[in-house]
Amino acid sequence: MGDLIPWRIVPREHASRQAVILVPAMTIVLTILCSIVLFTALGASPGLALYAFFVDPFSSAYSISEILVKASPLILIAQGLAIGFRAKVWNIGAEGQLIIGAISASLIPITWPQSTSVLMLPAMILMGVVAGMAWASIAAFFRTRYNASEIIVTLMLNQIAFQILYYLVTGPLRDPRGYNFPQSVPFPDAALYPTLFGGADIRANLSLAITIAASFAAWLYVSRSFSGFRLLVGGIAPAAARYAGFSQKRAIWISLLVGGAAAGLVGVGEIAGPIGKLQPILSPGYGFAGIIVAFLGGLNPIGIVFAGLFMAVIYVGSDSALLLADIPSSAPIVFQGFILVFYLAASLLIHYEIRGKAAVKSGGAA
Amino acid sequence: MMKHNTSYPAPVAIENPMSEMATPLLQLSGITKRYPSVVANDGIDLTIQPGEIHAILGENGAGKSTLMKIIFGVAHPDEGRIHWCGEEVRIENPASARTLGIGMVFQHFSLFETVSVVENISLTVPGSLEELADRIRQKSDEFGLPVNPGALVHNLSVGERQRVEIIRCLLQEPRLLILDEPTSVLPPPNVEQLFATLRKLAESGVAILYISHKMDEIKALCSSATILRLGQVTGRIDPRTTDASELARLMIGREIPHATHAEANGDGEDRLVVSGLSYADPDPHSVDLHNISFSVKSGEILGVAGVSGNGQQTMARLFSGEEILPPQFREAIQMMGQPVAHMNAEKRRRLGLSFVPEERLGRGAAPGLELKNNGLLTAHRLGMVRRGFVRRPQRDQFTDKCITDMDVRCSGRNAAAASLSGGNLQKFIIGREMMLEPKLLIVSQPTWGIDVGAAAMIRQRLVDLRETGAAILVISEELEELFEISDRLIVMYDGRMSDPVPTRATHPEEIGRMMIGDFDAVGKSGVDQSWVI
Repeated sequence: MGDLIPWRIVPREHASRQAVILVPAMTIVLTILCSIVLFTALGASPGLALYAFFVDPFSSAYSISEILVKASPLILIAQGLAIGFRAKVWNIGAEGQLIIGAISASLIPITWPQSTSVLMLPAMILMGVVAGMAWASIAAFFRTRYNASEIIVTLMLNQIAFQILYYLVTGPLRDPRGYNFPQSVPFPDAALYPTLFGGADIRANLSLAITIAASFAAWLYVSRSFSGFRLLVGGIAPAAARYAGFSQKRAIWISLLVGGAAAGLVGVGEIAGPIGKLQPILSPGYGFAGIIVAFLGGLNPIGIVFAGLFMAVIYVGSDSALLLADIPSSAPIVFQGFILVFYLAASLLIHYEIRGKAAVKSGGAA
Repeated sequence: MMKHNTSYPAPVAIENPMSEMATPLLQLSGITKRYPSVVANDGIDLTIQPGEIHAILGENGAGKSTLMKIIFGVAHPDEGRIHWCGEEVRIENPASARTLGIGMVFQHFSLFETVSVVENISLTVPGSLEELADRIRQKSDEFGLPVNPGALVHNLSVGERQRVEIIRCLLQEPRLLILDEPTSVLPPPNVEQLFATLRKLAESGVAILYISHKMDEIKALCSSATILRLGQVTGRIDPRTTDASELARLMIGREIPHATHAEANGDGEDRLVVSGLSYADPDPHSVDLHNISFSVKSGEILGVAGVSGNGQQTMARLFSGEEILPPQFREAIQMMGQPVAHMNAEKRRRLGLSFVPEERLGRGAAPGLELKNNGLLTAHRLGMVRRGFVRRPQRDQFTDKCITDMDVRCSGRNAAAASLSGGNLQKFIIGREMMLEPKLLIVSQPTWGIDVGAAAMIRQRLVDLRETGAAILVISEELEELFEISDRLIVMYDGRMSDPVPTRATHPEEIGRMMIGDFDAVGKSGVDQSWVI
């Protein structure tokens, strides 16, 4: 039966080096091809849709700033998650860590809504980071103590975080003069990141600098530090890590704490950035999209920067595609789904290659 | 479908199993199997009569497993013929072996732990779950194999799991049942139970091929035995009337040259002291350790002989720190005078332990990492890390020196560990561990599967390291190796350890007897000692 297929997939002797470029390239090409089919089937003009996705986002200073506003949280979350993913610690709960980080940071401006203190923003950053780490540490504790899967625990903690947020913005933290809208008091200027470039509509802000610094720190950690090396060995060769005495518990703690810190920081960046208050929807799913960005970037800090920018272009492009090409609002989500699925399919080529049957046979005889 | 639902016929009756003239159930003639580097089976003849319990005995690498694979259709012979009930057959795969009536119970069980016994069995045996459950109960009554068909496998003990495996074979009405080291994981009461079952099976006409290296079991159970050595049959005996030294002679059967280097002076300090170490391994496929005590001094090489699967792997993991004991047992293992049984690998290494595991790729080295980073793996304490950051020049210098010193053939320090041949990777790992200047070096299977030149070099390096005052423990399956380099020998059998014997005053057959469980062999091997140098 297998003879009907003229080629087969065989393991490579060495992981392909070209795959670093090849895999993202294949992902993008396949995504574009499939979305042409999708958009045509939806009755929209694929040319116009793809123009909206990939060209329109660069058409104005405003939309470029919007790309940065969206790229910054994606990159920051992905940098944090990638460190854990390299150690094969699967933190799927960045969304929840983001929410808890945002809630905790918001307590400061909600408590002192009139304050002009310069310490306000640093205190919020600290609160957000610590709270994100604390939320992630729940999963670390259950994993190291009871061997509970961190995938399940972090995933469920997302739901708990959502519910806590809903409860707070509809109850204790609701703005009493907010016409019963489920949101907090607007934050004072001292609680907001200063915007960049000074334009009136420009929402890109100083959190971008934090993302750039964090990306550099992640690169330093991954490529130069001994701790990063231990984590990597634990991920790619667990028996060798045990042999060398690298603690698995420590790897789990570091992975989840770093991921939680990054997600908490992103939470602060949202409420102290474009949103400016606490509200039921804090992120368009950055915590989950960050997983895609981390893998699309090959779990490499530099790759993640490009992957984050790419994803942000798609986010901004989605908005304009809805208007320009008149596609349903769920189409951009399908589009993102294409990217992840094709990335996973293409990454098979890192360790495997496709060969014709004849080539396999002659290779076997040689 | 109907035919599966009807009950199965009773085992095919054997016409007069006692008759001398009966057609043999299985007859192998001239079976030869060559692998690229070794002839695993070399012209093996084997005849099995219905209702016979026949033992296959031999050292590691004697060709037992290959022979069983051929009978069960997993491997195919290059030469030779197989007759089943007098007819020549070709056994293509395990399915055709099963169709003929050959069943095999593997050393490692193949059961899904999260589902029930009957569901596991239904994967290979046709029929509805209810019917199967009935047939399981029937078989378990018939042969004394108590098993609850509805029980979940993960709740079962090792003995029960093995019964499930045996019942699964029996439901296919085999006429030949192969058991590969079935008692290596069983507690003693279960062993008795298993033997009773096997005897009943034999009485009902099923032939049993019993692979083991445990002499007392073979004596108790088997009526005939075939002994293999280096792929050839060296003896066909009746184990009930053959004594241990004869068995050992047939199994080992060769002169082994002794060490040529000077004797250890024997007055070194204790570097490894094991006292009353017992360990029940949670992995059901591992052998438990029972009250192991011995010590290794500086300036000596202590060899641990034994057929693999007698607890050596578990013991090595307990020594390396990959497996640790609760603090109350910390005194069970002492290194450099300190209790360490509760310490992790890194702490023990700080005391001066180096360890070379038997799995090179994946354990001793991370396959995907370059040699330089595999150097960093354990040698990081040689100044390769400062303020949390890797000092690349130090790491690279270390790796280059290791590659040069040990003559590691590779494309350089950036070569991935997985790209090296087994022997070269082993040279790298041993070099790395020796460059740590260990006070205590533990080596598992130092030269397993590597070429003669590399093996000789590694052995010489071990002796050289001994001269510098290190204490060395070598765990090996190769008697030649142990006789060549070790000063004293201990033998591991069924999770227990023999008393040490000086290598220069013992004889391979004496060690061979201990390897098949005769620990009293020490000092009364019956061999004329005068030949010993």
